[in-house]
Amino acid sequence: MTSEHPEQRAEQAADQLPAHAEEERREQPVVRKGMFGAKTTGDTSGYGGLVVRQAPKVSTPRPYGGPGGAAEPGEFDEIADELQRAYPYFGDAVERVVVHRGELTLFVRREHLAEVARTMRDEPSLRFELCSGVSGVHYPKDEGAELHSVVHLLSITHNRRVRLEVTCPDADPHVPSLVPVYPTSDWHERETYDFFGIVYDGHPALTRIEMPDDWVGHPQRKDYPLGGIPVEYRGAEIPPPDERRSYV
Amino acid sequence: MSSTKYTEYDAYAAEEAAEGKVFDVNGQDWDKVVAAAEELGDERLVINMGPQHPSTHGVLRLILTLDGETVNEARVAIGYLHTGIEKNMEFRTWTQGTTFCTRMDYLAPLFNETAYCLSTERLLGIEDQIPERAQIIRVMMMELNRISSHLVAIATFGLELGATTVMLNGFIEREYTLDLFEEITGLRMNHAYIRPGGVAQDLPSGATSKIRDYLDRMPKRIKALRKLMDDNPVFKARTQNIAYLDLTGCMALGVTGPVLRAAGLPWDLRKSQPYCGYETYDFEVATQDTCDVYGRYLVRMDEMEESLKIVEQCLDRLQTVKGPVMIEDKKIGWPAQLAIGADGMGNSPRHIAHIMGTSMEALIHHFKLVTEGFRVPAGQAYAPIESPRGELGAHVVSDGGTRPYRVHFREPSFVNLQATPAMSEGGMVADIIAAVASIDPVMGGVDR
Repeated sequence: MTSEHPEQRAEQAADQLPAHAEEERREQPVVRKGMFGAKTTGDTSGYGGLVVRQAPKVSTPRPYGGPGGAAEPGEFDEIADELQRAYPYFGDAVERVVVHRGELTLFVRREHLAEVARTMRDEPSLRFELCSGVSGVHYPKDEGAELHSVVHLLSITHNRRVRLEVTCPDADPHVPSLVPVYPTSDWHERETYDFFGIVYDGHPALTRIEMPDDWVGHPQRKDYPLGGIPVEYRGAEIPPPDERRSYV
Repeated sequence: MSSTKYTEYDAYAAEEAAEGKVFDVNGQDWDKVVAAAEELGDERLVINMGPQHPSTHGVLRLILTLDGETVNEARVAIGYLHTGIEKNMEFRTWTQGTTFCTRMDYLAPLFNETAYCLSTERLLGIEDQIPERAQIIRVMMMELNRISSHLVAIATFGLELGATTVMLNGFIEREYTLDLFEEITGLRMNHAYIRPGGVAQDLPSGATSKIRDYLDRMPKRIKALRKLMDDNPVFKARTQNIAYLDLTGCMALGVTGPVLRAAGLPWDLRKSQPYCGYETYDFEVATQDTCDVYGRYLVRMDEMEESLKIVEQCLDRLQTVKGPVMIEDKKIGWPAQLAIGADGMGNSPRHIAHIMGTSMEALIHHFKLVTEGFRVPAGQAYAPIESPRGELGAHVVSDGGTRPYRVHFREPSFVNLQATPAMSEGGMVADIIAAVASIDPVMGGVDR
């Protein structure tokens, strides 16, 4: 059965990939249980027993296409090919390649990050001369890769963008610093360290940047509460935002 | 040390620190401080400028090591205005996110909203379903905002160099721009006007003629500002060949926006990676090749004139392009237009009558969409735009839920401020003010 809707069709096509087979999907960690945020017997929706598992981590198959679509080889294939040519350990370094919503993400193993970034910058056919910034994401359920450090690179020469994503476990939160390659990532890495506790090895002065120096904890992590107090409004008490009913 | 003993801290005592003698200046004691410093005979002086100094563009703190009047080392300390906007956004729906991010860079609120909405829309896969009229309004509002932001940049710039006339003129003109915003969005700033899927409401009936009046007036006013500044010998002496940062420096430090264009590179995302239909507008990218403060000033002036051209084109298009300003998809688009009532801005009375009086289904739909919000497919997106200060982009991550899983803003103020030491070390202490002013950082955006 194929749908008229392109979105649904793409989803159905993805379902038929071997990696998405039912058994494999059952092995994935649970992302959430239930729906509508109801945790008690008050849930009459019938969705309380719903179990949603994390999507399997799949690589996008070739051709990657370009920002416009993936019907035929495009600039994303060029980037991957050129990196493969210029960086001999491409196979080891790049875990996965994901093309989603017209954006290319290379999942790089942390041991190779600095070298991959240097190649991306110096190789004339790649020439990503500007680093748009580093940001962190915390996935507490992603075992062994809880912390992600995401780097956006921009090539002014070729007018292209690429995203490098590198992961590290919570127990060993170390990622090589990109300051020697892109000096602009100095403050970005300090910010990501401040908010997530990712330690950038080789950073010249990895100190807190937004929070006070003596702050305890890393506020953007998912296990760090938002905080807040209940507020009374016209006789009713409204709980702080992180204690309100949520629909996630 | 086995036991720690805390002694009461006396802020007014001169203390011996590892770096040398520390003086606390409390006002009206300058003679004493100077005399004591002379006694020491040490030329090296570490001074702390800010975080409340009037010429630091907000709560920016500069730690300067001076040798006489020469800056040997400049260190920038930020974080005094950190409000946890990114964290807060993780606890609200996708639509509510605009109310938070609009407060970051408070001189360019509409750019914050657009950057966030474009990334969200890319993740939703609805980039090509945004109504044309909404896109035109977005472009027009952003260009008006660019003018008001550059006006403040130039006004505070004048003030910090000691020229109050420039300040007054700049702020008067900005006020007219904010009046337009108030007319259209209901607020002078913190609009939350641009929403995922379109804009909050269509232009009110009188807005077009008011913008036309504005377009008549502004070119003359910009000319007047130019007459005051462009060839002003004092201004030129304070800005030419000051805070030099060339293209190599900009690339290494990730500097974008007017600072980069004053280094000679015509890099403007409106031209090179167009969004919101910018490729269909006729405008030039302003550049200078002086790499100095004066060049950055000229770029901003030119950009204001170009923005006026774009606004005029938007007005012409709005005359012919009618239709909705919110996406047709009822699962995403906000169910009602906004209207101003006796108790402030809210949903339009017609919509309230509809959901409360005639349609139960419409009420359920409204309730679901407003309290629960819409779900955004899992993934991540980064759709940057050209803000008045450079590349502004929201790295938006979704886990498939009704709230952003993570939003990180690549704030141009934050990035460009890193260039302060490169621009000012080796120069005079007075030029640091010009250097910071030419970056035009907004601390709300830097600290978020």
